[in-house]
Amino acid sequence: MKKTHIALLIGIAALICGLLAYSVDLSTYDTVASAKNKPGKFVHLIAKLDRRRPVEYDPINNPNYLSFYAVDSLGGQTKVVYHNSKPSELEKSERIVMTGRMNADHFECKEILLKCPSKYKDDKQQLNKTVTNETTSK
Amino acid sequence: MKFEGEHLLPGQLGHFFIILSFIASLLATIAYFTASRQTDLAVKNSWLRFARAAFFIQVAGALTVFSIIFYLCSHHLYEYMYAYKHASKELEYKYLLACIWEGQEGSFLLWIIWHSVLGTIFIIRRNSTSVNGWEAPVMTIISFAQFFLLMMILGIYFFGVKIGNSPFTLTRNELNAPIFDQPNYLSFLKDGMGLNILLRNYWMVIHPPILFLGFASTTIPFAYAYAGLQTKRFGDWVKPVLPWALFSAAILGVGIMMGGKWAYESLSFGGYWAWDPVENASLVPWLILVAGLHTMVVYKATGHSLRATYLFSFLTMTFVLYSTFLTRTGVLGDTSVHAFTDAGKAINVMIALFVAVFTVGSLVYYGINYKKIPAIHKEENTNSREFWMFIGSLVFFLTAMFIIAKTSVPVINSTFGTSIAPPEKVEFSYNKVIVMIAIIIGMLTAFSQYLKYKDTKKQYLLKGIVLPTIVAIILATCLFIFYPFTYRKEGAGFLIAIYIAAFATIYALVANTFYIWRVLKGKVMNAGASIAHAGFALMILGMIISSSNKVVISDSRVNGLNIPVSKDPMTKQEDNPQENLTLIRQLPTRMGEYEVTYQSDSAGHEKGRKFFKLLFEKKDPVTKDVSQSFYVSPDVYVMKDNNMSSNPDTKSYLSKDIFTYISYALNDANNVDTTKFKDTEIAEGDTAFYSNGIMILNKVVRNPNNAKYHYGPNDLALMADITVIARDGARFKAMPVVEVKGMDATKYDDTLYAQNLFVRFEGVGEGNKIRLGVKESDRLIDFVTVKSYIFPYINIVWLGLIVMALGLVLSMIRRATFSTVQSAVILILAAAGLFYMFLLANS
Repeated sequence: MKKTHIALLIGIAALICGLLAYSVDLSTYDTVASAKNKPGKFVHLIAKLDRRRPVEYDPINNPNYLSFYAVDSLGGQTKVVYHNSKPSELEKSERIVMTGRMNADHFECKEILLKCPSKYKDDKQQLNKTVTNETTSK
Repeated sequence: MKFEGEHLLPGQLGHFFIILSFIASLLATIAYFTASRQTDLAVKNSWLRFARAAFFIQVAGALTVFSIIFYLCSHHLYEYMYAYKHASKELEYKYLLACIWEGQEGSFLLWIIWHSVLGTIFIIRRNSTSVNGWEAPVMTIISFAQFFLLMMILGIYFFGVKIGNSPFTLTRNELNAPIFDQPNYLSFLKDGMGLNILLRNYWMVIHPPILFLGFASTTIPFAYAYAGLQTKRFGDWVKPVLPWALFSAAILGVGIMMGGKWAYESLSFGGYWAWDPVENASLVPWLILVAGLHTMVVYKATGHSLRATYLFSFLTMTFVLYSTFLTRTGVLGDTSVHAFTDAGKAINVMIALFVAVFTVGSLVYYGINYKKIPAIHKEENTNSREFWMFIGSLVFFLTAMFIIAKTSVPVINSTFGTSIAPPEKVEFSYNKVIVMIAIIIGMLTAFSQYLKYKDTKKQYLLKGIVLPTIVAIILATCLFIFYPFTYRKEGAGFLIAIYIAAFATIYALVANTFYIWRVLKGKVMNAGASIAHAGFALMILGMIISSSNKVVISDSRVNGLNIPVSKDPMTKQEDNPQENLTLIRQLPTRMGEYEVTYQSDSAGHEKGRKFFKLLFEKKDPVTKDVSQSFYVSPDVYVMKDNNMSSNPDTKSYLSKDIFTYISYALNDANNVDTTKFKDTEIAEGDTAFYSNGIMILNKVVRNPNNAKYHYGPNDLALMADITVIARDGARFKAMPVVEVKGMDATKYDDTLYAQNLFVRFEGVGEGNKIRLGVKESDRLIDFVTVKSYIFPYINIVWLGLIVMALGLVLSMIRRATFSTVQSAVILILAAAGLFYMFLLANS
């Protein structure tokens, strides 16, 4: 390695570091309570669908408005508003990872990632269930 | 218990051949290693003969295992877990191969097969110049890699520890369900789980084999680098390895982009690249490989950069293995859409071991020998080609490090117990760095070829570079004026960066084209490097254009219609994306410059799959003439486990793709109609009411002959011509028909989906009246919610890829020892295959 190389290498590395630094944009995983403590800040929220309360989605009038209630493992609750179409497995999901911002009265969700019980067939317990259902129903 | 109808022989054979291959690979490793350290020629040759025999036994074993798995899946032998999990009877024949590599074991096997093929070619060509003398050390590494890969599918217990997962396990041993207590359980196990619908795409038949050939081929540069150190012929390996490395770069590059094309066609994330960890994990080795290719060329021409060449050659394969670790151990978990899931702790440990042995082993070996690797201590001139090529390699390498560092965040989290989450705009967090890289690489690619090795006279450089610079500036200016970028989402700074990057890629494209024409005098056979560079530049340019000017045409804001969006009453926030549009059946809806009508739905080949036929029409605003019309049929598939998956459909034009997928659809099971028809008697000219408006019976037509019905004078059919006027003033036509044939009367209802109204011609009543059946369904209105994009000039991306791959293949042919006929065949096959796959086979 030559001096000029090293100089350029450092230059490029510095450039990349600089770019990274001006935008330290990693976020955090939060609970409802901790997210409420930093309103307006972009967070990842891990929660569950609150099945006792209504899921509101009327695609004919507005396909870009979904609202439901989420509850996390510590019991924190919040209303969630998602300006997009309803993911088809929402009601079946076990866990919801949401990204977005906490507002005064609700969580403004940008993206939803659902964890469903049977998403993958590599899940043996699910396969056990499937094989039992399929063979007993016939 | 004795079970009925099981076929246990294929499994036992398969298991035997896995063990045989495994032992053979171990013996081949030892024999090749011993041979590589022998100086006595007679002894060396006898070891070599033994090693070859062992390797060929391993090859035969692996091929047999593959055939047996294929047999299990194609014959639906569901007593085997692999067939039960991945095959099903409805599966079309072409997807049988895809279901083999859907699973962990099958994809490991694919890798093993490619190592076998490459190793066999290597042995057959052992007397050619690119292999002669290198067989023993190189094959040591290939056999050793085979040893690890075969261990992954071994499936035996060794002192109570399970080594690998066999593809031949039995369903009844793997699963727990009451039926497995019955001897005739197989008669209940009627069908397998089948291939995931997202993988039922022809790319999934071809993409994994190509990608894994790319992975397998990176073993050869690694093995040559090892051979260079082991034989102490430190620099001799670079010349023979070059064609192999070029081959690897072409195949791996094409394999990665095939994955992108698959994602584009099958997944609904709306693009070909999303910086998904799985995509990144395959891109990183390619970047390092390309860095290595350039330092190899530098070394050959000048003697510089040999140490870097060693490092890059080792790291390429090491990162292939690391990416295997990332994608197969479940460590990516929440962050990736298409990683394999956790296959159990035992296999994770083995994969980690595989990675560790090759990484630590090669780096330690490199470290020990570092001082012995010859290096020139005089600095390169800054006006020499090798200097800037080396800089380019470094940039590629640093880019790879940047990408892998970001991708490895889940590993860091699980190692150090941190909980760093991905940023808000994942794609932008990559793009803002990559756009800078594109600028640097574009510039370097443009002018480096106009420099000579060692030293360049100023006049020479100027003579070459001035004209392409001017042409590039003119072309870029034209593009920016007539087709400006509209990507304002990330602010002006990023938009400017996009413009500069676009200029840099145009510059690289023009400069390399000029180089072929003016410096190489159009001798295409010598122009592999320039062609590859031009292709690469074209591909990046295509990416910049298609993603910067991508338009969501289903966005309500684009359509100007709406539902008040500008400010959400709840949140007081502006600019919420309104990217979904609901299409009510038979009701034309504006979408961009198109009028889109959801016309009908139809069942697919697979149970649970439903296609929605959408008619796109472009109309002249004044004359209302249809100037363009086409159908797209995206579909929704409710899988056996009741999950829904949505598959896009794309209409391709030369200059743009219109990409549409279903973002929400009703589940038919929950939406059953329970109302009945009610009769009304009505005469011509009379009016009847329904809840949302009126119906006027204009006339009754005998044997109608119009766009919908075609009756002749000998038929007996009556049609009611009805005008429906809804309360909001909308007018519809309804034309129910009753047809009499012999003793049977057939009624053809007419349905006004937009009014949820069903009209039926029930029969003839008293006097001039007819009986009309009217039903207002309590079923939800039939509709579908879609998201639709336009990708402009996306074909430039694929064209650039093809050109780049052909350039690499051309370089490979030139540097390998092929006859003219062989070269021509390879080139024609590669060109035809790539053009067909990426540009023609669009449907």
